[in-house]
Amino acid sequence: MKRLLAISILFFAAVSQSWAVLKIDITEGVEAAVPIAVVPFSWRGVAKIQDADVSAIVTSDLARSGQFAPLPEQDLIARPATPEQVDFKTWRIAGIDHLVIGSVTRQPDKTLKVEFRLFDILKADQSLGYSFTVQLSQLRSVAHRISDHIIEHLTGLKPAFDSRITYVTTQQNKAIPGSNKPGRISYRLQVADTDGFNPQTLLTSNEPIMSPSWSPDGKQLVYVSFELGKPEIYIHNIFTGVRSKVSAFKGINGAPVWSPDGKYLAMTLSKDGNPDIYIMRLKDKMLRRLTTHWSIDTEASWMPDSRSLVFTSSRSGKPQLYTIGIQPGARASRLTFDGNYNADPTVSPDGKTIGFVHGEGNSYRIAVYHLDTRHMEILTDGPLDESPEYAPNGGMLIYATQFDNRAMLAAVSADGRHKYRLRLEEGEVREPAWAPIQ
Amino acid sequence: MKIKMIAIVLLLALGLTACGEHAVKPDGSGSTAGGGSTDSATAGGAQVGSINGSGIEDEAVLAGQSYAVSYAKGAIDDPGNILSNKIIYFDYDSSQVNDKYLELVKHHGKYLALHADESIRLEGHTDERGTREYNIALADRRAQSVKRILMFQGAASEQITIISYGEEKPSVLGHDEESWSLNRRAELVYRK
Repeated sequence: MKRLLAISILFFAAVSQSWAVLKIDITEGVEAAVPIAVVPFSWRGVAKIQDADVSAIVTSDLARSGQFAPLPEQDLIARPATPEQVDFKTWRIAGIDHLVIGSVTRQPDKTLKVEFRLFDILKADQSLGYSFTVQLSQLRSVAHRISDHIIEHLTGLKPAFDSRITYVTTQQNKAIPGSNKPGRISYRLQVADTDGFNPQTLLTSNEPIMSPSWSPDGKQLVYVSFELGKPEIYIHNIFTGVRSKVSAFKGINGAPVWSPDGKYLAMTLSKDGNPDIYIMRLKDKMLRRLTTHWSIDTEASWMPDSRSLVFTSSRSGKPQLYTIGIQPGARASRLTFDGNYNADPTVSPDGKTIGFVHGEGNSYRIAVYHLDTRHMEILTDGPLDESPEYAPNGGMLIYATQFDNRAMLAAVSADGRHKYRLRLEEGEVREPAWAPIQ
Repeated sequence: MKIKMIAIVLLLALGLTACGEHAVKPDGSGSTAGGGSTDSATAGGAQVGSINGSGIEDEAVLAGQSYAVSYAKGAIDDPGNILSNKIIYFDYDSSQVNDKYLELVKHHGKYLALHADESIRLEGHTDERGTREYNIALADRRAQSVKRILMFQGAASEQITIISYGEEKPSVLGHDEESWSLNRRAELVYRK
């Protein structure tokens, strides 16, 4: 499986022009982050590959997680390469709780063996250790897996970094001189590693591309494309490039989302005169209308059991979040009551919280609603934050933001204490979605 | 393109002269753009009208600017004709056609009713605030509001194709009130 994956990625790299890489800026750290030291891995029989510097990738992931404060490389007091070389006492004095060492070794068959060990400094013992045998092209992926292992072992958070993100980029062509009319926009649907590395273009269009969302197996995307002059919904296999049109009704074909069990798509259609939520059973394309209200109903997000949805409705006069079961005859019930603009819900993987956009005056921020306490908590500062999507482990939300008058991506920890931005060198980026872990 | 530019200038002018809004009397009872008088003048006027001046039946005012009213074929391309205005602006989070634009929409409805061979693409747009798919729905409702008025004037459903772009195709860039007000719009695009 992993091997097949690597081959596919290489294939993509060959056929599609890669686009600008997203750069990460950590904008808000956590005071209470756990001190950890990652010693640069030793490379044996092969020179260190700058684009796949395993220990640097692990360090970056740990910092991005918001749970850890990795020691800067220049502050490392020792560089042990083997367990025997680890002097627990010095690390303890330096105030380090955990230590990571490792190596990349070239094997006779040209594969690479990547080893890492995690030490608990206080217990003076190894707490985790794995080795992986991989192709060169899989090195970055392995580095993210190491991060996932470390984070899961120390915090209990499920894996998230050895995955992908998708997003839409726009490139504004030059405006007419002396005019404030925008020039034509080029839209691109892209997929990259979770740190923005290895971006691949799946679709380029002069018309809008919207609302990409992942299949539960992380192999396909469903999205809206206006490429034929009207909004239509496509399913696109990211490995084979094969895509199929699943919805092209009159009017709106929007907000497609896959059910976690993989059986349905929820989407917004206006074919019956008004924007309403429908579900399509994928095996036979059978369509069923869930909402019938005359107001706007859109932006569905599935609960983890695939039995109900959370969505935006303006039935109270202003957009608010509601929930509805998918069984025939189900009725919607209202969730949010704080403020006049609560929209675009994303249900957390454990189904306990809902991320959404909370608008107040001219400020649109990412907030979470706790289903048990019915309490809303604002996580970001705005002013134009939107499109929140949970990471597959629920530890962070990725979203779109404006900074320095440019559209970029950002992520915030589920408790709001840690943030980082993902920016493109050129152009704008929006509508992120984090792929599930296969 | 040029038409949009004019509309922008006009809207700005309106903003500057907001206190002098007496010039824009959309209630139909005024001497300008009156629904009744327009109707009577154009009952048979579409046949006699001409865009070359002689056949002007009436006058309409939009954003403080006077326009000729004629439903002659091609009047939509005459910058002096009210029908050359093809953008309807909306209030924030509203899909209701503002009184200021009601007469304009009615004129287009009559034009479409008189020229069954004409058809339009009615594009709905929002400003950048708020969520993208909600804005798709909101912009769709803006276009639907305009369509209802057009049809009330006799335009046929088959003449009107709605497409909602939400916030995806702003008319102007910028993250301020002025840009937002220019982006909350429905555009009537006559097919060539």
